[in-house]
Amino acid sequence: MVKVIQLIVDNTAGVLSRISGLFSRRGYNIESITAGITADPHYSRITIVTSGDEAILEQIEKQVGKLIDVRDIRVLEPDDSVYRELVLIKVKVGDDKRQALISVCDVFRTKIVDITKDSMIIEVTGAQSKINAFIEMLQDYEILEIARTGIAGLRRGSDGVVYL
Amino acid sequence: MIGSDAIVKCLEKEGVTTLFGYPGVAICPFFNSILKSTIESILVRSEQNAAHAASGYARVTGKPGVCVATSGPGATNLITGIATAYADSIPLICITGQVDSKLLGGDVFQEADITGAAESFVKYSYLVKNAADIPAIMKEAFHIATTGRKGPVLIDIPIDIQNSPVSGFKYPETVNMRTYKPTVKGHRVQLRKVISELEKAKRPVILAGGGVILSGAVKELREFSHKYGIPVVTTMMGISSMPSDDDLYFGMIGNNGRDYANYAITESDLLIVIGARIADRAVSSPDLVAKDTVLIHIDVDPAEIGKNVGPTIPIVGDIRHIFNDLAKEDAECDFTPWVEKLSAKRLSAHPRRSPRKSYVDPAAFVTALSQRLGDNDIYVADVGQNQMWSCMYYVSKSGRFLTSGGMGTMGYSIPAAIGAKKAHMDRTVVAVCGDGSFQMSMNELATMVENNIPVKIVVFNNGYLGLVREYQHNTYNANYSMVSLGSVPDLSRIAAAYNIPFVRMKNGKDMDKVIDGFLADKGCALMECMLDPMDTVK
Repeated sequence: MVKVIQLIVDNTAGVLSRISGLFSRRGYNIESITAGITADPHYSRITIVTSGDEAILEQIEKQVGKLIDVRDIRVLEPDDSVYRELVLIKVKVGDDKRQALISVCDVFRTKIVDITKDSMIIEVTGAQSKINAFIEMLQDYEILEIARTGIAGLRRGSDGVVYL
Repeated sequence: MIGSDAIVKCLEKEGVTTLFGYPGVAICPFFNSILKSTIESILVRSEQNAAHAASGYARVTGKPGVCVATSGPGATNLITGIATAYADSIPLICITGQVDSKLLGGDVFQEADITGAAESFVKYSYLVKNAADIPAIMKEAFHIATTGRKGPVLIDIPIDIQNSPVSGFKYPETVNMRTYKPTVKGHRVQLRKVISELEKAKRPVILAGGGVILSGAVKELREFSHKYGIPVVTTMMGISSMPSDDDLYFGMIGNNGRDYANYAITESDLLIVIGARIADRAVSSPDLVAKDTVLIHIDVDPAEIGKNVGPTIPIVGDIRHIFNDLAKEDAECDFTPWVEKLSAKRLSAHPRRSPRKSYVDPAAFVTALSQRLGDNDIYVADVGQNQMWSCMYYVSKSGRFLTSGGMGTMGYSIPAAIGAKKAHMDRTVVAVCGDGSFQMSMNELATMVENNIPVKIVVFNNGYLGLVREYQHNTYNANYSMVSLGSVPDLSRIAAAYNIPFVRMKNGKDMDKVIDGFLADKGCALMECMLDPMDTVK
């Protein structure tokens, strides 16, 4: 089972290492982790995608919640949240196939951010399902490199919003 | 005033009167500032034991113990002591010197990333980067160490920060941490459930852990148990939360515990776990708790609830608060038949097989020794066979039983006993260790003698690392490896070298009289008990 956990943490030195250290020493999975400061520079928002059975996920919530620097911990339920990920994909493509690739990019509303004689960098933003579908469509091309940011997410609506 | 003066001032403000430490260049400003203070600093003989001594001190006073070491090896030597305290939730303030902050990360002489290295063994740690932050950091550190689930907090202070001027020192009155607010009061609805489950139950049992003692709820536990006549068993860390002669006390659980204590747990229909982790040594498998047993788990740490056994009714909060709230409620219940059944089990329990007559029986010895201690005296058990015998045969009154339960750190007893004795100079403090664990911290005999902290030390000498030998006997068909300690040192000569009175007990003859002599005067003493090398725990 996969869960998306959102943390609001005090922006202290080493806070990210305290959190990732806890995951590694207790043997919890991190599928992705993103961090960035919030509107209040005292705090950072960290979005972690993790997986495990029910008991493990409960322990993750409790153990992470116990860290002194963690102010708030919430599970972002899929029905109730928006997730986005940004991916940069470098594809090997020459004159012959370029036009075809550009039309695929258009369908997925991606952005072409760099182009050379034999390659192209495509920026994709969106839900993971869209990104995965797009990568699927690139199977006929040679993908040279992929950089994924991991997902960032927010809960829908204004209820229960405490931290900016 | 400079940074190191500020640290000392903060310690004074927190009411610290004693600390344990070992110097080095990077912590010299601090040890210079301490000269101007009334705080007594005890020089130990190895940093690890500074942490253990602070732990012993903390456990008998309920106040955080303070230990101080230098950078690099001084700091890394502390780690085992810090980890030992962390595993048993003992509040410590650990202060380490650090190299000049401008040189940090440059791999300079005696530099170690101690906040990084100790990360998984501390409740929190600080690397002080600005001398002006010292008061706020110290205030927070004491707050974190002593509230919620207690534990060690590490403060690493570079030497230049210790030497920086601090102007307008002001110790904060209160601490306001945005992110740390432990739960103290139990949820009322949940507390009601305890009472309603008690009314439904026929065979309730309380399992008391170290949390009961840490929250200062020993009296409340006894009152609660007696109000309704509920039998109590303990984990290793919970020993001394109930007196041995209490009709409702049925001993320690676990694979080295009492059969009737384990029986009480398996047969119970309502198990109230209070301040215990129910770790692997306490309950051999989570299934030991019957499926239809109603489980109530009370702990200050929400992460412990449901970690090892699935709870039915969780209650998060400080145990003493929860007992006080429970005391306001009333339940109709009578568990007399259940208590009678358990008492009969206890009466018919098989006594331990006695070892050969030519040796001291450690079980009989622990019983005789602890019976002869005063009501409030302190017994510190080390780790190994001696710990198992101590746990099983210690006669608990209103004194304290200390041991390294979670980490099982050999060599804990002597430094911890020194810390406990320093806190209560009026009480007798006995450290009971094996010949293995004794040799891990016998350097502290000097600390004890030089600082006039007279601890009574008992060494069970069987020439082996007995618990490992026993394990190899059972698991590796008696192919012993790395467990023979041989016949040196001659403890009488060790005692003489340190100027400590010595007595050797060769067999059980005149055991009571020899123990009386050993405990008679206030001074320190070393007793060696000769054990059957092949003696086993059960």
